[in-house]
Amino acid sequence: MEDKVIEVNFGPQHPSTHGVLRIKVKLDGEIIVEAQPVIGYLHRNAEKLAEMGGYPKGMIYIDRLDYVAALNMELGYVLAVEDLMGVQVPERAQWIRMMMVELNREASHLIWLGTHGLDMGMLTPFFYCFRERERILRILDEVTGSRLLYNYFAIGGIYSDVTPKAFEMIRTWTEDFVKKMEEIQSILGKSYIYVSRTKDVGKLTAEDVLSYGVTGPMQRASGIKRDVRKDAPYLFYDKVNFEIPTRTEGDVYARFLVRIEEMRQSASIVKQVLEKIPQGEFYNKKYSKPMLVRLKTTGESYVPTESPKGEFAIHLIGDGSSIPYRVRIRSPSFANLSSIPTMLKGYKIADLTAAVSSIDPVFGEVDR
Amino acid sequence: MSDNILVTTLDEALKWGTGKSLWPFTFGLACCAIEMMSAMGSDYDWARFGSDVFRDSPRQSDLMIVSGTVTKKMAPRIRRLYDQMAFPKFVISMGACASAGGPYVRGYSVVDGVDQVVPVDVYVYGCPPRPEALIQALKMLQDRIVAGKVKH
Repeated sequence: MEDKVIEVNFGPQHPSTHGVLRIKVKLDGEIIVEAQPVIGYLHRNAEKLAEMGGYPKGMIYIDRLDYVAALNMELGYVLAVEDLMGVQVPERAQWIRMMMVELNREASHLIWLGTHGLDMGMLTPFFYCFRERERILRILDEVTGSRLLYNYFAIGGIYSDVTPKAFEMIRTWTEDFVKKMEEIQSILGKSYIYVSRTKDVGKLTAEDVLSYGVTGPMQRASGIKRDVRKDAPYLFYDKVNFEIPTRTEGDVYARFLVRIEEMRQSASIVKQVLEKIPQGEFYNKKYSKPMLVRLKTTGESYVPTESPKGEFAIHLIGDGSSIPYRVRIRSPSFANLSSIPTMLKGYKIADLTAAVSSIDPVFGEVDR
Repeated sequence: MSDNILVTTLDEALKWGTGKSLWPFTFGLACCAIEMMSAMGSDYDWARFGSDVFRDSPRQSDLMIVSGTVTKKMAPRIRRLYDQMAFPKFVISMGACASAGGPYVRGYSVVDGVDQVVPVDVYVYGCPPRPEALIQALKMLQDRIVAGKVKH
């Protein structure tokens, strides 16, 4: 029998694509010869629409980029606008921003862990992770008033102060979460099937990572110790103690361990922030709501931030009018997803879901 | 109950059975899919309403929840998946984007409403709707099926 390469389409509708990804896979038996991601099934012109309203109005499209970590996206936008206009932000607002962003990072990693479990054929982690995630969402709901997309960070501060009840909720959450973390890690990490399906699968070397521009936990799992929070601190990340977890294996299991450790670090950051939040204003009174719509500016700004998926930034260009001339989005998932051809080549078709879900792609951000 | 006899027609029994055992189709498009997963998850647990089995194949499911923005690239695929579902089949349009284009309605690549592609039974408002809203939509659909008010 002669060798015959067949072409199989994975997606756009598949429970393990985390949205609407399509991968054209060429198979020789069950070995992947070539894999090509096809994107654009959720292209909803966020960049263009953000350039059609005033500076504060662009926020709703930025919110919906990485919809599982909307606050991280908002932070990138807000920092870029503030950098462009030279807005001073009160200290309390900055600390609260930091706390909220870390809480949202936890929620994002929990949703990744749950769906990663589903992709590996395990339903239990999904329910455990969603139980924990709902607790975080209740805190965010209490603070911001909504569950998933917040529009909470405003230019010059935040829209509403954190109530004492919310502080109490966060405090009890930080105490409980460390214990729950052990439980969640042991569900997957102690499963022989999970470990044997993810070790030495979907490997990326440090050179691959650098050449594709892969950032975030994927980069750190391949042995490159780089985190924007440490390398170019924004907010008050230089005033709290936290570690950057790294591994050198570069496989799916290493990414799992890196993300788990990151969740622990985020919880410890939240704990430290709770002790350090000062009293005071929570927004810059000069930038009241009616004033925001009329903001005009010229110049460029680019402030990189560390989102749960990797380095996220917005390149803003103002041309002197009240609407931005250009809102260019540097989205981490897009760069991470481009490593699929290298990551999958030579592995079996059964490894595909493990490798793809270890990227943690969110398609609002990939297709924009 | 053992001494009693329940009298019903086959049609009524079928309607009751269909309404109380809707199997949704695992079909996430965008942000609303996360809230759909929350509705399925631990806290909201919509297995209580007989919709516990999320099916990964359109051929095994009765209910399509269009959760997210429908783009012009995705619309033909949605129609194809809808055609692959077996009768009786129902559609819930979840969120502002699927119902009317939502905040992206001015975009060149966005279909303003999934009802241009597939017939919709229940619309849910919100961006994104809370899981409670989705559960209410499911209950509405169930009531309409049991009452025989659904067209197809």
